[in-house]
Amino acid sequence: MSSEAHVADGSAVHAEHETGENYLNCSHGLRSWLLTLDHKRIAVMYLAGLAGALFLGGIMALVVRLELWTGDGLVLSDDLYNHAFTLHGAIMTFLFIIPGIPAVFGNFALPLMLGAKDVAFPRLNLLSWYLWITGAVFAIVSMVVGAVDTGWTFYTPYSTQTSTQVINMTMGVFILGFSSIFTGLNFVVTIHKLRPAGMTWWRMPLMLWGLYATAIIQVLATPVLGITLLLLVAERALGVGIFDPSLGGDPLLYQHFFWFYSHPAVYIMILPAMGVISELISVHSRKTIFGYHAIALSSVAIAAFSFIVWGHHMFTAMSPMGNMIFSALTFSVSIPSAVKTFNWLATLYRGHIRLNAPMLYALAFIFLFGIGGLTGLFLGALATDIHLHDTYFVVAHFHFVMVGSTLIAFLGALHYWWPKMFGKAYDETLAKIACILVFIGFNVTFLPQFVLGTRGMPRRYHNFLPEFQGLHQASTVGAFILAIGLFLILVYLWKSLVSGKKVTVDNPWGGSSLEWLTTTPPPHYNFVGEPPEHDVYDYHDIRYDAAIDGYVLSKNEGDAAR
Amino acid sequence: MFFAQGFWFPDGASTNTGDHDWLFHFILAISAIFFALIIAVGTAFVLKYRRRPGVSAEKSPTHNGTLEIVWSVIPSILIVFIFYYGFTTYLASRTMPPEAFEVQVTAKKWSWEFNYPNSAQDPDLYVPAGKAIRLVMTSEDVIHSLSIPAFRLKQDVVPGRYTDSWFQCDEPGTYNLFCTEYCGTLHSKMLAKVHVLPQAEFDDWVEKAADIVGNAPSLLAAGEILYHKRGCAQCHSITGETLTGPSFLGSFGTERAISGGGRVTMDENYVRESLVNPQAKVVAGFQPVMPTFKGMKDDEITAIITYLKSLAKGE
Ligand code: HEC
Ligand SMILES: [Cu+2]
Ligand SMILES: [Cu+2]
Repeated sequence: MSSEAHVADGSAVHAEHETGENYLNCSHGLRSWLLTLDHKRIAVMYLAGLAGALFLGGIMALVVRLELWTGDGLVLSDDLYNHAFTLHGAIMTFLFIIPGIPAVFGNFALPLMLGAKDVAFPRLNLLSWYLWITGAVFAIVSMVVGAVDTGWTFYTPYSTQTSTQVINMTMGVFILGFSSIFTGLNFVVTIHKLRPAGMTWWRMPLMLWGLYATAIIQVLATPVLGITLLLLVAERALGVGIFDPSLGGDPLLYQHFFWFYSHPAVYIMILPAMGVISELISVHSRKTIFGYHAIALSSVAIAAFSFIVWGHHMFTAMSPMGNMIFSALTFSVSIPSAVKTFNWLATLYRGHIRLNAPMLYALAFIFLFGIGGLTGLFLGALATDIHLHDTYFVVAHFHFVMVGSTLIAFLGALHYWWPKMFGKAYDETLAKIACILVFIGFNVTFLPQFVLGTRGMPRRYHNFLPEFQGLHQASTVGAFILAIGLFLILVYLWKSLVSGKKVTVDNPWGGSSLEWLTTTPPPHYNFVGEPPEHDVYDYHDIRYDAAIDGYVLSKNEGDAAR
Repeated sequence: MFFAQGFWFPDGASTNTGDHDWLFHFILAISAIFFALIIAVGTAFVLKYRRRPGVSAEKSPTHNGTLEIVWSVIPSILIVFIFYYGFTTYLASRTMPPEAFEVQVTAKKWSWEFNYPNSAQDPDLYVPAGKAIRLVMTSEDVIHSLSIPAFRLKQDVVPGRYTDSWFQCDEPGTYNLFCTEYCGTLHSKMLAKVHVLPQAEFDDWVEKAADIVGNAPSLLAAGEILYHKRGCAQCHSITGETLTGPSFLGSFGTERAISGGGRVTMDENYVRESLVNPQAKVVAGFQPVMPTFKGMKDDEITAIITYLKSLAKGE
C-alpha cells in the first residue's frame, strides 16, 4: 500500500541530505510524531513507551522484593502484595518483554537492513503502536485504579471468581495481542516482499531470521490468546460455563489454551534476542558468523517446536502419558538453543574482539542464557519438575531467560543502535560500569532463588518460613544493585540525548549490514539514492578510518583495520 | 558444596527421594560441565583474540560440518537419557501401590482438610510410618496444589474432579506441606504439617481424632479445639482484631448489619447457618469468602456455638 508512496524522487532525497536533514529533524512538532508513518520514528515512540513500562514494572519488582525482606512482610497487606506481583508480572510480560526487541529494534532496523524505505504497511505499523498505547492504558488503569490479583496467568477458576478487575485487564491484554499480531504480519510481509534483488533468504542478517521466526509465532499463536481471553470474559460476564467447574466447565482447559499461546510467547521474547546477539558478536569480533545456516534454521526450528511443548507447564496436573509426550517434545527445543550458543563461541575464535558495552552485553547474554537454558533441563525432566514446579526455581529459571537473556539483549541492542538512532554518543565508561552492575545485580538476585526453589519455597508467597529468609534477603540486595545499574543507564542515555557528543560517522562499530552504510541518523527515506549492495558478515572491505574514527566501505588494501 | 545433598534439598524422607535426587545431581553435573566449558572457551577466546593494535582478525572457517554434527549429537544423546530417566522415575512415583492407606484431602481457601476412613478430620496430615499412603484430593473452590518438599511430591488439587498421589515415609518426623498453586489472599498461609507417626501412635491418634467432642473434657474445650482445627482461627480472631472475617470477641447475642440490607442477631441458628450456608447472610463490610462447613457433625457445631457463647461473656 503506502510503501509505494514512499518511492520519492531521488533529487528531493539528495537535497534533504545535503542540508543535514535526517528522520529526526525533517519535520517538527508533536503532530509530526503522532501521525508519522516512518518506521524509525515509530521505533523511537515504542522505545519511549517500553522504557516507561520497564520503569513501572521495575518499581513493582522492587516493591515485591522489599516486601520479602522478612517472612511476615514489611508494609503490604496480603492482598496488596498479590496486586503488586500481578502488576509486576503483567506489565513486564505483556507491555515490555513481548513487544520488546521487535517493536523497538525490529521497527528501527528491519527496513534499514533490507535497504527498504519502510515496512510493507506503514499505516498498520502506526496502528500497532496506538493499540499498544491503548492496551497499556487499559491494563495499567485496571491494575492501579481497580487492582487485579490473579497473577499474569489469569488461571481459572480463580480468575472468574475473584472480585478484582479481571475483565478490564484481559481486554487490555487482548488489545495488546492485536498490536503484536499486526507487527508480526507487517514483518512477515516486509521480509517476503521488500528484500532487495541481491538478498536471498540465505543472505539475510540473522537478526532478520530471528524477527521472521518471531513474527510467524506472533501471527499464529496470539489469536489463541485473544480467543482464550474472550472466553474468560464470556464466563465472567455472562456466566457461560467454559472453565469454571461449578458452571460445568473444565479449569484445566484454560491452562491448555493459555500456554498454547504463552509458551510460544517465551520464544517471541527470546528469538529476537538471539538475532541481536548474532549481530553483536559478529560485528564486534569482525568475524563472519560461524554456522550461519545452523543459526538461521535453529530459529525456525525453535519457532516450530514452540507450538508443541505447552504441556510442560502442567506436569503436576496431567496424565502420565500426556506428560511423557510433552517432556520429550520439550527437550527437543534444547538442541537448537545449544547449537546457537556453540556457534557464537566459534565466531569469537580468531576474531578481533572489541570489548565495548554492546559486546559486554553479548558476552553476558551467553553466560546468563547458558544458566537459563541449562536449568530448563531440570524442568523438562518429569521427576525433577514435579518437585520444582511452582517454586522459586521456576521463578529464577524464567527470569534468567526473560531478563537475563532478553533484557540483556535489549540493552545490548540499545547501545549498539543508539548512535545510529539518535546521532549521539553515550559515555562508554559509564556504560561499561552499568553493564557490570546489571550483570552482578542480576546474578545476586536470581541465583539464590534456584536454591530457595529446590528447598521447596513456593512462588507467589507473601509470607515464608524463617529458614528461607537469608536467601530472600540476598535476592533483595541483588535486586537493588540491578536497579542501580538500570537507573544509571537511564541517566547517561538521557544525558547523551541532551548534551551527548554528536556522532556523524555512518559506521562507528564496523557493521556490515546495510543500516551501517547509510548516514547517521538515517534520512527520512533511509538511504540517499539507491541503497548500497553489501554482503552481510563480510568485513574485508569495511575498513577503519582513523581520520573520522569510524569505518568506511573501501576497496583500498592500504587502510589496515585497527 | 554445590553437589552436597543438604545444600539443595530438605532431607529426603520418602522412599522415592533417592532416585529423584540422583537425577537432579546427574543433570546438575552435566549442566556444570557444559557451563564450565562454555565459559572457559568463551573467556579464553576473549582474552586471546581481544582487540590489540597491529593485530587483526585471522581467517578461520565459517562452518565445519563435523564439528557442528558433534556438538548437536552429543547433547542429544545426553538429553535422551535425561528424558528417559526423568520419565521412569516419575512413572514410579505415579504408580499407586495396591495396598495403600487412603486419606481424602479437601483443599479450600485457605486451609487443608484431611479426612480419614473412620471419619476423623484434621487440618494437618497424620500418617503411619513405613506404609504407602495414597492421597485422594479435591478442591472446594479454586485450583490448589499440594506440595511436600521433603517427599519431592506435588499434585494439583482441582475443583470438580479427583486427583491422587502417593508416598511412603519410613522415618517418623514432622515435615512441611505447602499450597503451591496461587489461590488468592492467604495463599502463602495455606500451610500444614505432615506428622509421620509410628503405627501404634498413629492408631491412637486417628481414633481420638474421630471423636473430638467425645474425647474432650468438656463441650467448651471441644469448641476451642475445633475453632483451631477447623481453621476458623485463620479468619476470625478472638481478640477483637478484624482479620478476613469479623472477630468473635463479644459478638454472640449482638446484632449486626448484613449486606444487601437488614439486621440479624447472632444466635444458635445464625451460627449454624453461617457454617452450613455461609453466603446466605454476609456481614456488611466483609467479602463473601467464608468456605462452607456443610459436612460438620452436629455435636461439633454445638461445641463451637458453646465456645462462641463463652467469648461473648468474656470468659
Ligand atoms: C477463609 C476465611 C474464613 C474461615 C476459614 C472461616 N470464616 Fe467465618 N466468616 C468469614 C467471613 C469473611 C465472614 C463475614 C462474611 C460472611 O458473613 O460471610 C464470616 C462470618 C462468620 C460468621 C458470622 C459472623 C458475624 O459476626 O456475623 C460466623 C458465625 C462464622 N463466620 C463462623 C465461622 C466458623 C465457626 C469457622 C470455622 C469452622 C469459620 N467461620 C471459618 C471468613 C471465614
Ligand atoms: Cu513453556
Ligand atoms: Cu494456594
